[in-house]
Amino acid sequence: MADLRTEFAGIASPNPFWLASAPPTDKAYNVVRAFRAGWGGVVWKTLGEEGPPVVNVNGPRYGAVWGADRRLLGLNNIELITDRPLEVNLREIKEVKRDWPDRAMVVSLMVPCEEQAWKAILPLVEETGADGIELNFGCPHGMSERGMGSAVGQVPEYIEMVTRWCKQTTRMPVIVKLTPNITDIRKPARAAKAGGADAVSLINTINSITSVDLDSFAPEPTIDGKGSHGGYCGPAVKPIALSMVSEIARDAETAGMPISGIGGVTTWRDAAEFLTLGAGNVQVCTAAMTYGFKVVQEMISGLSEWMDRKGFASVAEVSGRAVPNVTDWQHLNLNYVTKARIDQDLCIKCGRCYAACEDTSHQAIAMKPGRVFEVIDAECVACNLCVNVCPVEDCITMERLAPGSVDPRTGRTVQPDYANWTTHPNNPAATAAE
Amino acid sequence: MTNSSWTPGVVPGRLPAEAYALNFADLHPPLDPHEAAVAADRCYFCHDAPCITACPTSIDIPLFIRQISTGTPEAAARTIFEQNILGGMCARVCPTETLCEEACVREAAEGKPVEIGRLQRYATDTLMKAGVHPFTRGPATGKRVAVVGAGPAGLSCAHRLAMLGHDVTIVEAKEKPGGLNEYGIASYKTVEGFAQAEVAWLMQIGGIELRNGVALGRDVTLDELADSYDAVFLGIGLPGAYDIAGVAGNGIGSAVEFIRTLRQSTDLSGLPIGRNVVVIGGGMTAIDAAVQSRLLGAENVAVVYRRGRERMAASPYEQELAASKGVRLVFNAQPVAAHHGADGALEAVEFAYVADTPEGLRETGETIRLPADQVHVAIGQWLEPLGDALADVELDGTKLAVFEGGKVAPFGNVWAGGDCAAGGEDLTVTAVAEGRDAAMSIHAALSAA
Repeated sequence: MADLRTEFAGIASPNPFWLASAPPTDKAYNVVRAFRAGWGGVVWKTLGEEGPPVVNVNGPRYGAVWGADRRLLGLNNIELITDRPLEVNLREIKEVKRDWPDRAMVVSLMVPCEEQAWKAILPLVEETGADGIELNFGCPHGMSERGMGSAVGQVPEYIEMVTRWCKQTTRMPVIVKLTPNITDIRKPARAAKAGGADAVSLINTINSITSVDLDSFAPEPTIDGKGSHGGYCGPAVKPIALSMVSEIARDAETAGMPISGIGGVTTWRDAAEFLTLGAGNVQVCTAAMTYGFKVVQEMISGLSEWMDRKGFASVAEVSGRAVPNVTDWQHLNLNYVTKARIDQDLCIKCGRCYAACEDTSHQAIAMKPGRVFEVIDAECVACNLCVNVCPVEDCITMERLAPGSVDPRTGRTVQPDYANWTTHPNNPAATAAE
Repeated sequence: MTNSSWTPGVVPGRLPAEAYALNFADLHPPLDPHEAAVAADRCYFCHDAPCITACPTSIDIPLFIRQISTGTPEAAARTIFEQNILGGMCARVCPTETLCEEACVREAAEGKPVEIGRLQRYATDTLMKAGVHPFTRGPATGKRVAVVGAGPAGLSCAHRLAMLGHDVTIVEAKEKPGGLNEYGIASYKTVEGFAQAEVAWLMQIGGIELRNGVALGRDVTLDELADSYDAVFLGIGLPGAYDIAGVAGNGIGSAVEFIRTLRQSTDLSGLPIGRNVVVIGGGMTAIDAAVQSRLLGAENVAVVYRRGRERMAASPYEQELAASKGVRLVFNAQPVAAHHGADGALEAVEFAYVADTPEGLRETGETIRLPADQVHVAIGQWLEPLGDALADVELDGTKLAVFEGGKVAPFGNVWAGGDCAAGGEDLTVTAVAEGRDAAMSIHAALSAA
């Protein structure tokens, strides 16, 4: 079995699966259950400054988007940071860390954007024996209206400033949690690095309204007839998170900075994908909130088995493996020509490929007597939509045309060499290939 | 209860009183909203879906299932009723395993089709329970059409004609409308008086006058109808049951009659049933009679069919249903004699084993004698009792020959559909399709005139 032990920003944990700062990590009871189930670490739900704690709404705080069979695909929440007294949280953090020394204990923090506020809370956290802190610059609802959370994360200068205050004050590693509610994720990541951050974690939740109640005409979740945007998470946000993680991983300014990948991790496969795009570990919330803490056991066994199969001895070997293959569109090989192929033995004759291609794409699938569906190579642009809508896995695949063969669509011979848009004759800015 | 399954002869009350309600309850209980949502989620919304092609009424099944899954079962019901006004009954009695569900791509994918029949029932029940009739009549045309027979074909035809603005008179020989829906379908497939409720719901369209107890030939002739109405539709079914030469006498009756009596009974415990029951035939009626005989408390019930299992008209699903109810299926045997005791009571039926050869059925010389107090004959039905009333009508084999749009010859304004008409399977859903299509043909003819 592969060794899943990881060291992330100097923090050791028995596996790369941490619970993200969220409702599941709000108190010792939950966290102890999580550790018993096998989670490698937790980021304790965000603490605020001393004094009367925040209050939450007393109506529903979650909304959801479902797929077939009411499978939860997206979740949104309007919950704030912990609404328990600071000293209770600190006491529990200390006890749990003492009882579970091998697990990562990171504490999420959010206090007003004032140096004194940050410098006041850091020693209190340090005293618990926690392994690190995560700066919550991501929470997009409620706290952001008070100038915290994503209100900070949307201003790179603030990120850098607060990060620096923290680094100056504490021995603990500082992880900066980024909001995706910005236009270019590299800017806040660079600011974190400039401020001295040991790592970034992303993504926090995305501004969202999950649905509208068509009787009361109010957004969900609805509180007394009104709704407020919440933070969206769960499987639906994974593609957005993967892209943002990869952007930071391949940015020259932030390359090499540890990244904790967050956003829709539900299975070992999701976790492996985050790792290959540059994450050093992952944080999970929605999967645990949907299925309970036990899901980590599938993540551990699945990742371990896959690593064994691939011959990877450590998580570090996996981390970043796909980053060199993330590129800009202009560098994609235009001589790579593929065609869809339908496996007639696997085909169940639903015709969805045909409907999709005929109605919305390139009329490249023929429907023949007996509901036999065949690709018309002379029309197929290899868009992959048929593969995506086919309900049977591997029934439709994209097969590469061998160099030297003729593409019936263009009538041109497939060239063996690599050629991209930068040198294409149709590109007005093309530079002649030498 | 004085009798049991072991009481000799043909006697009522073989079961404890409470067993009847249990035995004759809904075969497939309706889906609840959660079950319907789960079942609907399995539909792939196929292109030019095979299930639509397999449905004799061409219901847009993927569309209605999508309408269920998006929380609009009323819209789903309308999609169904647009093609098949008896969609509620068809959802209960269609052999979906040989129609839409056999064609479902998930049958190919996983051997488990989308539960189309039960979803259809979910949608149609929802709208019908709300008492909503989703159609209104078109502008009055002033044309009058007579429909003979208030079975599935006649009702379907009448409803479509009424929708199109014609005035319809249905004449029905029996006291109640519904045809085989009321008198012929197994009880557990259509519980709680659904057939009558459905007719009442259908009649909400308006413009349909129903005259029960009026029989073709006895009370009115085809010529009279053809003369006094702009058009006539014959949906008379197959009123006569074949019997078997040489197998007659006490204890032997038609399965159709047995089921009719059962369906009209208000107290099933009062229905006499044999201890040993033999059903002769291989279709749905045979299975319906056999299963209901068991449910009434018969100890031994056998269905004897003269050909092999693979030729049986009753689907594998129906065969399994029978087997699960304890019915014995005997193949490749045809009746040769009935044996009655000294007291005149039936004791046994003798069958000859037969081989199904390219030259036809050949007796092998071996026989088998099955104990029987009661025999239900289910070898088919025909037009015979109406022979005189239809003397002028051209036949195709034993049924009415139908030409373009369902017209019969030599009349210029008479159409036919359902079991009495040649072509198509003898199914409720086929009758509905033929009635509807004949209505469209009648409408076209009347509009052109």
